[in-house]
Amino acid sequence: MTTPSRLPEPYGQGGGANLADILERVLDKGVVIAGDIRINLLDIELLTIKLRLVVASVDKAKEMGIDWWESDPALSSRARRDELARENAELRERLARLEELEPSRAREEAP
Amino acid sequence: MTGLRYVYAVCRPFGTPLQAQLTGVGGDPPRLVPHHGLVAVVSHVPEADFAEEPLRAHLEDLDWLTGVARAHQGVIDALTTVTTPLPLRLGTVFRDDSGVRTMIEAREESFLRTLERLEGRVEWGVKVYVEPERPTDAPAEPAAKPASGRDYLRQRRMRTKAQDDLWQRAETFATRLHETLSECAEDSRLHAPQNPALSGAAGRNVLNAAYLVPRAESEEFVERVDRTKDGAPGIRVELTGPWAAYSFAGEETAGEEGA
Repeated sequence: MTTPSRLPEPYGQGGGANLADILERVLDKGVVIAGDIRINLLDIELLTIKLRLVVASVDKAKEMGIDWWESDPALSSRARRDELARENAELRERLARLEELEPSRAREEAP
Repeated sequence: MTGLRYVYAVCRPFGTPLQAQLTGVGGDPPRLVPHHGLVAVVSHVPEADFAEEPLRAHLEDLDWLTGVARAHQGVIDALTTVTTPLPLRLGTVFRDDSGVRTMIEAREESFLRTLERLEGRVEWGVKVYVEPERPTDAPAEPAAKPASGRDYLRQRRMRTKAQDDLWQRAETFATRLHETLSECAEDSRLHAPQNPALSGAAGRNVLNAAYLVPRAESEEFVERVDRTKDGAPGIRVELTGPWAAYSFAGEETAGEEGA
């Protein structure tokens, strides 16, 4: 028998609770028991799509550049590398154009 | 129409009645099915909605799913105020009370072990966001086209550096916060970051963690989180709870159902 002690006022819950928080918990956490009506949530097409929305898979998270929880001190993510590669290409292009315009000055100032 | 049994949670028997006006999935008030020193909390739900075929179809409907998820969480929440519930995953449905009792019997030991472990504890959720990038904060630098390749490069470097610095700070901040909070929690889980499409939160979620904290120490935990909220420009900390110990309930049964 529990007699709960006073709890702080709830934060970010009740009617206004973030749907992602609720779905994350009721769909993905808690005890999994196969009832008489057997529905494997993972088989449900829309749900898997939505779940990926709610709870980005770790792979997805990595793509998004969030992999620090693997105690990797560097944010070494494909997404950011792609960004750098794009930026690099853009810079090369600009630099090339610059060199066409002012070959001597551009060479002096190129990093 | 015969009703099916939608099971929210399993608890130890508790004396305090649930709020009289509490409604669960489909508007049915939660009922108790006591068995073997445990209690299942159930609603009667129509077969037309919760038999295998209709349930499968309904689960494809995000609005329907949202209603059921909120009702499910509402019941778990009400239970959390009077006892320590062991929340089951959404959509756990049995034909009748006898099916529910059979399930309790089959898992009695594991339920009791987990309830023992979670007794008197709640879950707090802590998320860290990197605030969305504001249009260039650099003073006196209108977002006009750069005058020269050199200006362009300088602007680009400044922007990239500012963004990198913010990421670096957010990462350091989140890592340190998680270490601090883990120290004053009994257990913790790191969840995958949430996609803003459903959470509606601004900024990018870089930490999504859950902490298992005794009720009696919750106020202290909340204060500790509150103290970290200031002094980190561009970084936002969000606290939710108290939740039932959703993130810590599954270990006993993990892997048994091939989920």
